[in-house]
Amino acid sequence: MIADTMPGRLRPLGLGRDSGTASSAPVWLVFGGVFAVAWLLVELNGGQFMTVDNLQNMAVRSVALGLVAVGQTIVLIGGSLDLSVAYLVSVTAVGASFVMQGDPDRMVLGVVVTLAIGALIGLVNGLVITGLRVNAFIATLGTSLVMSGVLNALFTNFTGSVPRQFQALGYNALGPVPVAVILLLAVVALAWYVLRHTRFGYHLYAVGGNAEVARLSGVRTDRTVVLAHVLCSLTAVLTGLFLVSRLRSGAPWVGPDGGYDLESIAAAVVGGTALAGGRGAVAGTLAGVLILAVIDQVFNEFEVNAFLKTLIRGVIIVGAVALYALRRRDEGSF
Amino acid sequence: MTADPRPPDPVVLGMHGISKRFFGVTVLDDVRLECRAGEIHAVMGENGAGKSTLMKILVGVHQPDAGRIELNGAPVRFHHPRQALAAGVSIVHQELNLLPQRTVAENIFLGREPRRRFGVDRAAMDQAATRLLAALGAEDVISPRSLVGRLPVARQQLVEIAKALSFDPRVLVLDEPTAALSPHEVAALFDRIRRLRADGLTVLYISHRLREVFDLTDRITVLKDGRRVDTVETSEVDTRRLVHLMVGRELDHYYPPRAAPERIGPVRLAVRSAGAGLLHDVDLDLRAGEIVGLAGLAGSGRTELARLLFGATRMTAGRLTIDGRASRLRSPRHAIRRGIGLLTEDRKSEGLVLQRSVRDNTLLAARSLGRGAARRVALADLLGRVRLRGGADREVRYLSGGNQQKVVLARWLATGARVLIFDEPTRGIDVGAKASIHELMRELADAGAAILMISSELPEVIGMADRIVVLRQGTVAGELPAGATEAEIMLLATGEPDRAGAAAGASREGGTA
Repeated sequence: MIADTMPGRLRPLGLGRDSGTASSAPVWLVFGGVFAVAWLLVELNGGQFMTVDNLQNMAVRSVALGLVAVGQTIVLIGGSLDLSVAYLVSVTAVGASFVMQGDPDRMVLGVVVTLAIGALIGLVNGLVITGLRVNAFIATLGTSLVMSGVLNALFTNFTGSVPRQFQALGYNALGPVPVAVILLLAVVALAWYVLRHTRFGYHLYAVGGNAEVARLSGVRTDRTVVLAHVLCSLTAVLTGLFLVSRLRSGAPWVGPDGGYDLESIAAAVVGGTALAGGRGAVAGTLAGVLILAVIDQVFNEFEVNAFLKTLIRGVIIVGAVALYALRRRDEGSF
Repeated sequence: MTADPRPPDPVVLGMHGISKRFFGVTVLDDVRLECRAGEIHAVMGENGAGKSTLMKILVGVHQPDAGRIELNGAPVRFHHPRQALAAGVSIVHQELNLLPQRTVAENIFLGREPRRRFGVDRAAMDQAATRLLAALGAEDVISPRSLVGRLPVARQQLVEIAKALSFDPRVLVLDEPTAALSPHEVAALFDRIRRLRADGLTVLYISHRLREVFDLTDRITVLKDGRRVDTVETSEVDTRRLVHLMVGRELDHYYPPRAAPERIGPVRLAVRSAGAGLLHDVDLDLRAGEIVGLAGLAGSGRTELARLLFGATRMTAGRLTIDGRASRLRSPRHAIRRGIGLLTEDRKSEGLVLQRSVRDNTLLAARSLGRGAARRVALADLLGRVRLRGGADREVRYLSGGNQQKVVLARWLATGARVLIFDEPTRGIDVGAKASIHELMRELADAGAAILMISSELPEVIGMADRIVVLRQGTVAGELPAGATEAEIMLLATGEPDRAGAAAGASREGGTA
C-alpha cells in the first residue's frame, strides 16, 4: 500500500468542509434581507429602527423563543420532535417562583429543582419514544397534557415570586448587552459545539438521517434520541427561568400563551433544519428566531391587527421553507 | 494472482447446512460454502437463487433456521451485524448504506469516531479516512470532507468499501458491487479488489455477471433455487459449463402453448418514434391476444418504457394510439381509464399497499375510478379468475410473492384493463407459483388482452413470448419471432458479435437499475 506512506499529502479535490451542518449561510442572508426591509419600512414611516432600545428589545424578545428553539433543533436533527416544551416552560416558571417564594437563599434550590424536573420530563419523552416505540408527536403531546393537567389542578394563577436578585437575569445588562442575550449566545455556542464536535452530535445527525444505517454502524440509536430529548427539555427549563425572571412570578399559561411548542419548531425549520431529521444547525435556528423577532417588531411598530399578524407570519414561514425546498431541488444533490 | 506454489490456503470461512424460510417459502436449503484465505470467491446464481440471503445470514442480518457458520474453524453465531464486524466479516450491500448529508469520513467512522480531549478528533478521522481511501487507490478522487450525497455512485461505492475495510476484516463480502458502474469503473474496482486479495483478504463476490466472475475470481459457488449446485475452480470451467450449472433445470419449466396466429387480433396499443428520458425513437405494437416479450440489458430502458406506456412518465416525443385513436397519456389515472394496467417490477414498494387487505388492494384502482360499488359484487369472481384462494380480508404482506402478484393482477382485471404490462412478473416468486402466473398470463391473452412482458430471465422471455422485442440503449434494437434463441436475443441486446459469455452473463442481468 504505497499511499500509506503519505497521509499528510495535499488535499484532493473538493476542498473544505461542506457538510449538512454548515448550511446556515442562506438563512442569515434571509435574515439580513428581512432586517434591511424592516429598517427601511420603519424609517420610511418616520419611525426609528436602529436604536439601542429597539435592538435590545428585539434581542430580549428572541431569548425566550431562542433558548427552547435550540433544544427543539437538537431533537429535530435526531428525527424526533417535542411538543411538550410549552407546558414545561409553564411548569418551570410556576415551579421556580413557588420554590423560591421571593427568598434569595432559595434561588439555587429553585433552579436545581426545575432543571431536575426538566431532565426527568426529557427522559420520560425519550424513553417513551424509543422504548415503547410511541411516535414522538403523540408521546410528547401526552406528556404535555399530563403536565397541563397537573399544573392547572394545583395552580390557578400567579404563584409565589422570584427574588429581586433573580430578576437580574431578565433585566440587567453588561454594558449594552443584556444578560439574557449572553445566556442565549452561550447556549447556542454550547449546542453548536456539541453538534459539531462531539460523538453525540455525529450520531444524532446519523440517527436522524437514517436510523437503520446508524444502527448497522453500531450507533446506540435509542440512547442518542433519549439524550437529545433531555437536552431539549433543559433548554425549555432555561426559557421558563428567563420568563419568570421577567414576570417575577409564574402562571400556568405563560408557556402555551407564548406558543413555544409550534413556534420553536417553526423557528428551527425557518432556520433550515429538516423536519425529517438529519439536517440542521443551531446557527440557522438563531437566524430563524431573529427573523421572527424582527417581523414582530415591525408589526408592533405599525400596530398591525393581531389576527393579520398571525396570518402574515404563517405565510412567511411557509414561504421560507418552500424556498429552501426549491433551492435544494435545484441543487439536485439529495 | 499470488505466485505461491503451496497447497490450498486454509479455510477461513465455512457455512454448513444453511437453511432459511421466509413466510413459508424456502429460500435456502442445506447450503454449504467454504472460502480459503486470500481468495476471491464468487457466489453465482439467477435472481432469487438465494445469494443475497446467504450473505445476509453470514453477516448477521438474518438468522438461519438451520446450519452453522465457522470462522477460522471456530463456530460463530451473529445476531447483529455489529458482531459480524467485530469478528472480521464486513459486507458492502447491494443498496448503498450511506448518509448522503454527512461527509465521507463521517460515514466511514460512524459510531467509532476517534476522540481527543474535547470531542471528536476530526483531523485524525480525516487522515485515517484518507489512508483507507488510499488503500483503494482512491485518495486522489475522494476527499474525506466531501458530502457523500454529492459524489457519483461509483465513488459512493468506494466509500462503502473503505468503510467495510475500516473494520479490518478477514472476510469482505461484495454484493453486486458493479450494478451501477460503467465498464471503466468496473475495471478500476477490480484492480482494487485484487490489491486487497494480495494483502491476504478473503473476498466473497456476489454477482450474476459471467464476464466479471471469470475476470476476477478464483473459485465459484453456484446456487440455484436456494440450493448449492457446485463449487468449482474458475480456471477449470468455461462459460457453457457455468451457465449450465446456473440454469440447467432438472425439469424443464413448463410454459403454456403460444397463441395460434389466427387468434392474434388488432393492434390495441401502438407507439411511433416515442421518446422520454433515455428512450428515443421507440416503435412498438401490442396486439390483442398476443404476448410480446421485452428483453434488454439492465439500463436499456425496459422499465422506463413500461412507465411511459402507463403514463407514469410523460412522452416527450412521438405518438401513441390506443385502439387506433391517438392519445396522450397524462397520468397513470388517465392510462387506467384507457384500459392499461401495469404490474410493477417492485411489488412491495410500487405494487401493493402491504398493510391493507386483499380486498382493498384488489379494488384500489377500480375504486379510484369511482366504480367501486359496482365492482364489489364481483370480488369473489375476480379472485377466482386469478385463482387466489383464502379470505379477502388477509393483509397482503402475509401472502407469498406469487399470491401477491395475483392480487395485483386481479386489480387490473377489476378495471377491465385490455393492455397489461408485466415488469418482471415472476421475480422473487416460487418455481411452482411461476407456472401459475404464466398460465394466467396466457389465459388473459387468449381472452383478448394485449400483453407486454418485461423479463431479465431469457428462458422466460423465450418460453412465453409470441414475439420478442429487444431494447438497446433506449431504443428498439430489433424484433425476433417466437422461439428465438438466447444467443439471438443477446446479439441484439449487446449489439456486438455474440460471445457465449456475454450472452449468458447479460441474460442474468438483474434489473437492479
